[in-house]
Amino acid sequence: MTEAPPKVTLDLARDSGLTAEEYDRITSRLGREPTYAELGLFAALWSEHCAYKHSRAYLSRLPTEGPRVLQGPGENAGAIDIGDGWAVVFKIESHNHPSFIEPFQGAATGVGGILRDIFTMGARPIALLDSLRFGELDDPKTRRLVEGVVSGISWYGNCFGCPTVGGEVAFAPEYAGNPLVNVMCVGLVRADQIFRARAEGVGNPVFYVGNKTGRDGIHGATMASATFDESAAERRPTVQVGDPFTEKLLLEACLEAMKAGAVVGIQDMGAAGLACCTSEMPARAGTGMDVELSRVPQREVGMTPYEILLSESQERMLLVAGRGREDDVRRIFAKWELDAVEIGRVTAGGALTARLSGEVVAHVPVSLLADAPKYTKPTAPPGWLAERLAFDPLTLPEPPDYGEALLALCASPSIGSKEWVFRQYDQQVGINTLVLPGSDAAVLRVKGTPRALAVSTDGNGRHVFLDPRRGAAMAVCEAARNVSCSGATPVGVTDCMNFGSPERPEIRWQFAQAIDGIAEACRALEIPVVGGNVSFYNETSGQAILPTPIIGVVGVLEDAGRRATQWFKGAGHRVALLGLEHASLGGSEYLWRAHRRLGGRLAPLDLEAERKVQAAVRAAVSAGLVTAAHDCSEGGLAVALAEGCVTGREPVGLEAALDASGRGDHVLFGEGPSRVIVAVEPPRVREFEALMAESAIPWRWIGTTGGDRLVLRLGTKTIVDVALDRIERAWRSGFERHMA
Amino acid sequence: MKFRVLVRLKPGILDVQGAAVRKALAGLGFTEVSDLRVGKVIEIELDTATADAARARVGEMCRQLLANPVLEDYTIEMADDLARRGAVR
Amino acid sequence: MRFGVVVFPGTWSDCDFHYVISEVLHQPVKYVWHRERDLDDLDCVVLPGGFSYGDYLRAGAVAGRSPVVDALRDFVARGGHVLGSCNGFQILCEAGLLPGALMRNECLQYRCQSTHLVVENVETAFTRGLRPGQVLTMPISHGEGKYHADPEALRTLKARRQIVFRYGEADGRVTRTANPNGSLENIAGIVNPEGTVLGLMPHPERAAEAAMGSTDGLLLFQSLLGSLVEDGSFLKR
Repeated sequence: MTEAPPKVTLDLARDSGLTAEEYDRITSRLGREPTYAELGLFAALWSEHCAYKHSRAYLSRLPTEGPRVLQGPGENAGAIDIGDGWAVVFKIESHNHPSFIEPFQGAATGVGGILRDIFTMGARPIALLDSLRFGELDDPKTRRLVEGVVSGISWYGNCFGCPTVGGEVAFAPEYAGNPLVNVMCVGLVRADQIFRARAEGVGNPVFYVGNKTGRDGIHGATMASATFDESAAERRPTVQVGDPFTEKLLLEACLEAMKAGAVVGIQDMGAAGLACCTSEMPARAGTGMDVELSRVPQREVGMTPYEILLSESQERMLLVAGRGREDDVRRIFAKWELDAVEIGRVTAGGALTARLSGEVVAHVPVSLLADAPKYTKPTAPPGWLAERLAFDPLTLPEPPDYGEALLALCASPSIGSKEWVFRQYDQQVGINTLVLPGSDAAVLRVKGTPRALAVSTDGNGRHVFLDPRRGAAMAVCEAARNVSCSGATPVGVTDCMNFGSPERPEIRWQFAQAIDGIAEACRALEIPVVGGNVSFYNETSGQAILPTPIIGVVGVLEDAGRRATQWFKGAGHRVALLGLEHASLGGSEYLWRAHRRLGGRLAPLDLEAERKVQAAVRAAVSAGLVTAAHDCSEGGLAVALAEGCVTGREPVGLEAALDASGRGDHVLFGEGPSRVIVAVEPPRVREFEALMAESAIPWRWIGTTGGDRLVLRLGTKTIVDVALDRIERAWRSGFERHMA
Repeated sequence: MKFRVLVRLKPGILDVQGAAVRKALAGLGFTEVSDLRVGKVIEIELDTATADAARARVGEMCRQLLANPVLEDYTIEMADDLARRGAVR
Repeated sequence: MRFGVVVFPGTWSDCDFHYVISEVLHQPVKYVWHRERDLDDLDCVVLPGGFSYGDYLRAGAVAGRSPVVDALRDFVARGGHVLGSCNGFQILCEAGLLPGALMRNECLQYRCQSTHLVVENVETAFTRGLRPGQVLTMPISHGEGKYHADPEALRTLKARRQIVFRYGEADGRVTRTANPNGSLENIAGIVNPEGTVLGLMPHPERAAEAAMGSTDGLLLFQSLLGSLVEDGSFLKR
């Protein structure tokens, strides 16, 4: 047998990540010192990663309710009613720390984790999206990270059989020591067949299903709750290894068992593994759980109770079955060649009892495990902020040649084509993908209905760095605008909050401000937040990343046939700019690429105007009046127009006259919310004008498509006149030339 | 009894993975590598009365599943063979 | 015409083929579990795409030795038709039902993209409705699709006109740049000498509805339905 566990002391508690106050709270509530296994439970479940100690107080400010919401935050994933008895289930999650330590497996298991969150709700995953952030590509280490992360996502998603339909990839030096890997998954389920992670029904059997337990990933949750330092590379052994094949079997077996009516509740063994499931599931249902750890299938010998409880081996679930349905569960999992072992029962009394060969190794109230302290420590804006904001980009010289400046921006790796990434992902399995990666939002049909879903993820760390509140609100607006540009009505949000260490007041300030910004935007656009994830401690050696909330928005298209994509479809179409022409070079991609500066103020955000612009675009798309609709984001109006020209199957030229009141770089490359470009065929121009008048939004015609050049004028002065093949070459090679 | 099966692409079949690894090594300064091929190792433990019988069984496994005769060659090594060569700790 | 779509652990194009056969072609179709051997009530067996058994040893290696694939030999000998796409093609080669093998893509990366297929042989059950040189648009999605055959096997393939599709340009030229995975002579799909077992890397089920961007994949099924009606085998059963 294994040697006796170490004696539990305050020092040991500190080593496992608990503070003296927290340890004190545990001993006083228990009325005794915890056992070693119990200490492990508290260390994991009270870690920032599991307990959201520094963020819970703020997260409660987010709007989470709405007429379509079937499940808000607090479960494996959120769920929204989309009509005809169907619900969409979705969530975004980060896997930043594991991906930095081992890019391939870190990213792969990130995909695995979010897929399980979706199918534990009873939903079949239909789409993945990945928001990735890396340092600058001229560093070979960054290129290796990109290769590893992309091939890890590709391997897991493709082998499992869920298409990757969207996401974004951006580069900034602040992510060099701490890349971001955020994965969103979308699934479909009948609205009355949603499953939850609740251990209901005293006496019900508790099953362990899926892969065997090993020592991998022990302390993953506590690792995600600490910053990186030079020793990060040495932490490699705690990284889990993914098995997408077993996950696919787990999906089929779980859905089959659910359909058979044998499942009462189910939860993925993600962070903090078995410890998390055996305490959270009863805590949600007001029950307890009694489990025998020696029955847990193990692939290593001599594992201690501590290790069995805290292992983060992948592709495992805890399933509470209906009493009398034990054989059905075993039969279905055996059909899919998976372990399904009864390890315990749901009990009354609210305690988690863990035994090893009958002997009790942990006995704690689940309510105590679920009741980690909530911190609201003082916040303060960073000292450097005022200076950054005071910087006026217009004090910099204008570019000598606007055509060359536009080409350089199109060739920025953050803006250039990401085909190198997407062609490594299966984009179509399930035959639902109506709009493939490359437009503002991906569109997936819902078979058996006339509807489709549109999905987009967005976030801009530079904007949030300069103004967390407005920047985060703008991220919500942009993701929603992308969905609206496809013609769909945004119905739900999931957010992934990537920030530095919450132990510093300025990071807490950024976080609190960003949450307020998201809350405001979601209220104004009437889209509830139904789930998400907070990732703190994204810093290396004291250097925090750009604060980066990634916003995922799901929208519903009532008629899948009435949708729009971002590229121009042919010559002779009139092009209009909808929305306010407020933009700013502050925090823009241009300011960084051309001048290596990060400063200035963001453009103003008028949420009411944003709402109206989005409604107008949706109305125009659903009336079939526009042949293209494209959001203006990174790179400003000029890049949006260039993308309209070259991102389709055939390039289409354009001549346009832009607002002549500002300086060229400000008008062309300034970034701001609430702006959409659309293309309209001549016979529909009158109808379109009538609809815009009705929408009461600012808008104007700016040009006409045709030819093989992009020509932009400020008033009567031509400032850009570039051949499309040059733009296309710049855009296509912008990212890929680094990866050859 | 312990066996180690080495499965490699047949000579003459382009090993793209090997070529990529060789290029990567060259990039790290290992320019003296003139050839490199990537294969896979399959370790097998089995309970069989005699070494000859065991070797025959493993040979059968290779023919039926472990190697694809269109593409791959295999060699079978018994743990003893390896020990003699000093290949096993 | 009765179709069976085989499901191995790790298969994922099964639902897509099932949907196309039942909802687009309106033909009877059922799933066939990998342990089954009884294929008597079927006219055509589909081996769909996916990662059977994770493709952990070699793509299609374990599935190629499964009971249902073993039963295919009799099924084919009795005049049954088999369509293997993507992982299904890999399985057919691993099982020896088609010659050659599929190796890791030359670029060492997974490839999901649209491809153009140039039709070379129209005297198979799956292509008789097509014109020689006709160009079909169908997506691929695989990491191990580089077709390989030794010189002797390649000569036989050519002599028996077993090469059905090659990757080409939109205008039908077979070029090096149109080859997405480094396949020998741009080979994308082959048949058995009788023309009743087709294996191809592209996904016809993803090109079966206008909404998905192409309907060229349907042509394979329509050829098959046509040939079975004409020679009476469809009506006989």
